[in-house]
Amino acid sequence: MSAQAEAPTIDMDNVQPEDHPIAPFIRMDRMPHIWCPTCGIGTVVKCYAAAMEKLDLDPKTIAIVSGIGCTGRVAGYMNYDAFHTTHGRAIAFATGLKMARTELNVTLFSGDGDLSGIGGNHFIHAARRNMDLLVVLVNNFTYAMTGGQNAPTTPLKAISSTMPFGNFDQPFNLPHLAASCGASYVARWTSLHIRRMTKTFEEAMQRKGFRFIEVIAPCSTLYARRNKLGTGLNLMQFYHDNSEIRHGEDTRNVDIGFQEKIICGKFVDEPEKTTYHENMHTHYEQVLGDKYVPMPPEGGWRDE
Amino acid sequence: MKADPLGVLTGAHYLDGDFAAGEGAMAAGCRFVAGYPITPSTEVVERMSRRFPMMGGTFIQMEDEMASMAAVIGAAFTGTKSMTVTSGPGFSLMMENLGLAVMMETPCVLVNVQRGGPSTGLPTMTGQSDMMQARWGSHGDYEIIAMSPKSPQESFDLMIDAFNLSEIYRVPVLFMMDECVGHMTEKVIIPEPDEIDIVPRKLTDKKPGEFWPYEVNNGELVPEFARAGDGYRFHTTGLTHDYRGYPDMTVEGQWKLVTRLMDKINKNVDDIIRFEEEETDGADVVVLSYGITSRVARLAIEKAREKGVKVGVIRLIVVWPFPEKQIREMAKKIKGFVVPEINMGQVVLEVERCAAGNCTTTSVPHPGGGVHDPETIVEAIVGAAK
Amino acid sequence: MSRKEIRITGFGGQGVVLCGHIIGHAYSIDAGHEATMIQSFGPEARGSACSTSLVLDESEVLYPYLQDLHILLAMSQDGYEQSKDLLNAKGVVVHESDLVVPDLKKGQKGYGIPSTRIAEEIGRVIVQNIVMLGFFAAVTLLVTKELWESAVMDSVPAGTEELNMKAFQAGWDHFEENYGDGTPKKETVETAF
Repeated sequence: MSAQAEAPTIDMDNVQPEDHPIAPFIRMDRMPHIWCPTCGIGTVVKCYAAAMEKLDLDPKTIAIVSGIGCTGRVAGYMNYDAFHTTHGRAIAFATGLKMARTELNVTLFSGDGDLSGIGGNHFIHAARRNMDLLVVLVNNFTYAMTGGQNAPTTPLKAISSTMPFGNFDQPFNLPHLAASCGASYVARWTSLHIRRMTKTFEEAMQRKGFRFIEVIAPCSTLYARRNKLGTGLNLMQFYHDNSEIRHGEDTRNVDIGFQEKIICGKFVDEPEKTTYHENMHTHYEQVLGDKYVPMPPEGGWRDE
Repeated sequence: MKADPLGVLTGAHYLDGDFAAGEGAMAAGCRFVAGYPITPSTEVVERMSRRFPMMGGTFIQMEDEMASMAAVIGAAFTGTKSMTVTSGPGFSLMMENLGLAVMMETPCVLVNVQRGGPSTGLPTMTGQSDMMQARWGSHGDYEIIAMSPKSPQESFDLMIDAFNLSEIYRVPVLFMMDECVGHMTEKVIIPEPDEIDIVPRKLTDKKPGEFWPYEVNNGELVPEFARAGDGYRFHTTGLTHDYRGYPDMTVEGQWKLVTRLMDKINKNVDDIIRFEEEETDGADVVVLSYGITSRVARLAIEKAREKGVKVGVIRLIVVWPFPEKQIREMAKKIKGFVVPEINMGQVVLEVERCAAGNCTTTSVPHPGGGVHDPETIVEAIVGAAK
Repeated sequence: MSRKEIRITGFGGQGVVLCGHIIGHAYSIDAGHEATMIQSFGPEARGSACSTSLVLDESEVLYPYLQDLHILLAMSQDGYEQSKDLLNAKGVVVHESDLVVPDLKKGQKGYGIPSTRIAEEIGRVIVQNIVMLGFFAAVTLLVTKELWESAVMDSVPAGTEELNMKAFQAGWDHFEENYGDGTPKKETVETAF
């Protein structure tokens, strides 16, 4: 063998889906997925899988939870213990899963409507508790699964099927919402930022607490079509031209206006901030001492 | 399997029904509770949050009842016995994820300490007006188990049964108390841990890779369970799904799944139903009741017997599934059923359906806020005997 | 008649519910009968009138609410006023004599004790309810003194047993010193049932 490894040759004619480097992280028996061409959700899944490939974590310890909607389907394609729950309740479901088996590393994938609309209350409370969950919110500015209705994230003036004359309903600034409620890690990318997003997933998987990553992703079928923004390539070009990376930016300054600049980067990173279950253990150890019997990290009940 | 001694407060206690239900849950092995405060059920979680840290249990006060029920399902998928506790308005909010629990076949218990409604109604006063909501409250077709204790002692005893049934059939069990029982303090005898039989989660023996979450062996109706975190990498969803837990949006898939979800209760009714029957042989009138009303009815029955009426008693302990076969048979032998309940006539509709015109069915309604005046029940019994 | 009905009234903070709890405990767990306690639940603030009711019986209590009140234990005038009309014609009032002036109907009996003052003399006004309970125990003799004591021991917070037993004894003694021939007798309240 020569000291220098030869570049692997790929027989492109005979490559099988299973040969793809991220295949072990995906339920290949469920491909093709349901997402439209040019949709950004698949990119997010690919980046997460790429991060998992790098991290080489024990797959047993990973669980995926989704709510309802286009992004809600992510749980169904990830090759881990995965839960496709009810609309808006993914965080609440994941809270139970995490608290009953604290050794699990729980990631949520869901959309803007699911997590910040119907699930908004669970979102702010999980952030307040610094519940140990990685929350990936794919923001396509609309309720896509149901046909492109107005969302709590739809930029002002944008047209949606329920705001046919343009939106006048003030949208959320989601990184600011998460940060102000107490999230220990807050970042935003667009689905064009493949390498940066992957690195952020990698980093966030190794952090603890309520980690919030917003990914701006195109919905060319509904949001972009109604707003005459072109199709896949145009949207990527827009992200390319209008994204500005400002790590550590004050989240008050990262709102998104219609077809305006998208501020990206890592805004909050507090690796030492303790989580809900850590606080619970520390507190009970302090106040109850030897009387405290913690739940086993693998859940269930004490087996004696 | 026997109960974990840490969860069992063996001895004689003077406890209210809420506390007794909490003790029953802890004895049954419940180690995860998510809840949101609501009168008159809050004492259950107050009791458990005080005792849980000493037995390896986790209580989390969630932001609302939707979150509570969702968290319970999440926790249940780790193999942890899980429960939530609420009352009327909260019960309404839990209906969404009750459906998810049914669909995902989640063993768990939902306690509803009933109060008067609709809406905020009578927060501190008794009712039994959620019985039909227990049966039909979440959307879609499903079968459910609902039980109704008549005393603090039974709140303890039956809770163990509730957890066990939820494990056997992988179905949420609704524990339908009423404010009167919940806030009533009586003697409760808690047995030794080795006298309490616990049904553990039926974990699969299959290896990861060979296991599908909703695969049922030939002739069986309840799939084996894999815990999240054990390496099975299973998928589950609230969508109609196939044996792999993958969405199956076909009419055939819907037939198959809904039929099995219903069959696992319907075909096991004889093992699930629990009721007390007394002096129904030769009776002219049978009083059917449940919960606190069964005790008040008993007083009325004694008075009616003094008047010479031949009265039998059915006390439902499990209300859903309903003992349809037994009621149908009985209807052919008696003049009439009398059904007092603290609602405007709910379970009576089921009695009437099963009686199928073979005998009369008399509802003795009460809108809630208190229990019946026994005389109104006596009157109905005397009327039904004519 | 085996069914006996008791109501305890006072103001919030006086320990009305604990008092009822001990009576129920004594009658059911210690004496082996049945006792059903129902608290009045409501948004009552500390200091306003509150009450709890007990129904005692030999077998399962079928009707848990009051139908025919036999004994009214009153620790505040407000509480007494709110419940006095429930008391039957031969009913018995056991009251805090410094705080409650009962207006007894013909046939009703009254037994008073300055339980707050006695508790103060013992050193802790908080045991007023247990002084009252000791007195109530002697008046009613629903169960033997030993069973009453066992119920008190089981029901009060750990570490306060001695203080509470002293309070119970003081209430019991007050009856012996001030009523009848000084010995509790079952007939004292029997006529009420």
